[in-house]
Amino acid sequence: MPINLLKLQADLREANSTSPENTLELDGTKTCEAMAATLSLPRILPSGDSAITVEFSRNIDDAANQRVLALDRTLAAEQVSGVTETVPTYRSLLVHYDPMQVDFDTLGEKLTLLAQLPVPPTTKTRRWRIPVVYGGEHGIDLEDVAKTLKTTADDIVARHIGGDYRVAMIGFTPGWSYLSGLEDSLHMPRRQNPRLLTPAGTISIGGVQTGVQCLAGPSGWHLLGRTAVRTYQLHRDPTFLLEPGDRVTFSAVDAKTFAEQDRAAERGEIVAELIAS
Amino acid sequence: MSKLVISSIGPASSVQDGGRYGAQRYGLTPSGAMDRLALSAANCLVGNAPFTAAIEIGPFGAAFTAREGAVRVALAGASRNADVTGRAVASDTSMTLADGETLTLGFARGGSFSYLAIEGGIAGEPMFGSLAVNARAGLGSPYPRPLQAGDELQTAAASGAAERRIELPPLADAPIRVVMGPQDDEFGDAPKELFLDSEWKISATSDRMGYRLEGPVIKHLHGHNIVSDGTVNGSIQVPGNGAPIVLMPDRGTSGGYPKIATVITADLGRFAQTPAGKVFRFKAVSMAEAQGEARKFWEMLRTLPDRLRSIENFDLNIEALHDANVAGAAVSAVDARTWQIPSPADALAHD
Repeated sequence: MPINLLKLQADLREANSTSPENTLELDGTKTCEAMAATLSLPRILPSGDSAITVEFSRNIDDAANQRVLALDRTLAAEQVSGVTETVPTYRSLLVHYDPMQVDFDTLGEKLTLLAQLPVPPTTKTRRWRIPVVYGGEHGIDLEDVAKTLKTTADDIVARHIGGDYRVAMIGFTPGWSYLSGLEDSLHMPRRQNPRLLTPAGTISIGGVQTGVQCLAGPSGWHLLGRTAVRTYQLHRDPTFLLEPGDRVTFSAVDAKTFAEQDRAAERGEIVAELIAS
Repeated sequence: MSKLVISSIGPASSVQDGGRYGAQRYGLTPSGAMDRLALSAANCLVGNAPFTAAIEIGPFGAAFTAREGAVRVALAGASRNADVTGRAVASDTSMTLADGETLTLGFARGGSFSYLAIEGGIAGEPMFGSLAVNARAGLGSPYPRPLQAGDELQTAAASGAAERRIELPPLADAPIRVVMGPQDDEFGDAPKELFLDSEWKISATSDRMGYRLEGPVIKHLHGHNIVSDGTVNGSIQVPGNGAPIVLMPDRGTSGGYPKIATVITADLGRFAQTPAGKVFRFKAVSMAEAQGEARKFWEMLRTLPDRLRSIENFDLNIEALHDANVAGAAVSAVDARTWQIPSPADALAHD
């Protein structure tokens, strides 16, 4: 009998919120050992009629992100009927599919099962060092961020450089890389009024995240600086520099170095240092 | 080779095809036609594959001239006055422009986008398998930007095939159907009802990234910041100001605002064609209904060639339509609340 996923999830949510022992009733049947993993069952959410959001968490959560990337790898390895494209994010995997080939309930069940597989260890982790010119015209919010957090601009820069980050997802616009690992003291709500245009290469913070933005575009984050590194460049090999799961650190450079690096990047040089792979 | 020269064109006009899929995981926006049915119909008329690159023409007028040989084209989508050197031509038909002839198009009426497909397609360098223009990412070919007067599109010489028309189902003036979610639980029952029970208008500040909606403020349960997650064409995001934005093909691949609902595949093109300022409503449907409609939609795209008719019957057919319902159609198509006042000819083209 097919599981009614939405009902199952609703039941689980209710059970999780009311029952500390995590025992629950499903369609009148007592759950068994297999349901012990209930807390980690992802939510299968409809994103219209041709995509499913497999949500592992509502928060930025490293463990959830690891499971997102694991399910993404599983789907890349297994040929799941109807799946056309996957988009990993911090906390969920968006699975695009063809409703001519598979329906919501069937694919939802399949994804739920695949998400229960043990997380395979990551094979290799690449580490990048990305040079940033902080503050001034390149990072117009640095002083305001320092004021809001009651410290100096130099201190903000030191804390930002001190971080060891991981590419949790790439999205929004080509190459826009969202990094997890921002230290708690730099967490700030996004701006009430997003800017319609922010420069290419912007390094910013928003919420509990920091980001490397490739193209000029709108942003509601706080702009700390800019990098010459292009995380996306057409006709360069690779077109996309960073992959979800890569590690990233930042280093500070002066405006003159930034300008030189920007010219080199324009010629197709990668500029970012690959310090481990 | 012939070429089609852009003699004049308004903003929001660009080369578009079925879009660029497979790299949304790197933030690569899919782009592609706003109205895939109209794109496919135009292509079908000139014997192209449904998602061949064509010219997506925004609400303003445009003119195209054949050079260095004849060019066979077809127009579909929003209706417009159209003529070839003074001779009126109909929407949803193919036509051949002799060398030097100019096709002149008026403003879009009762819709926003028309598609001019060219027999043999447009010569260009596909990027990630698509010629679709994504100006922000510098993608698209032959020009990685909206079209401008003076641009030249290289194409095949006209085949001389008999001209055809296509019979499309009438555009429904029904609510835009949505599937609730993925984050409808970020909203209480009252805001969800408000979303479904209210009249909405598309703001004039809308574009290929998103259509901003004007209507009541939709309040969130827990604030407007969620952790960014993936988006699809038709995702309805609600940012902090409570004014929903429907994400369109140039959307960001992820976004950090709760998505209350998603426009169903079958209604995306009809929604994209809704003119700014026209009142419309949403209607929630079940997943089963949405997927059933999606299957019907793709099946219709697949069987478009069955809807082709020879052009000789066209005059007769217009007469029949005219006799049948032109008065009723003309009256029902006029919406006093918008600047869109279609002529009887437009009403005919739609019905």
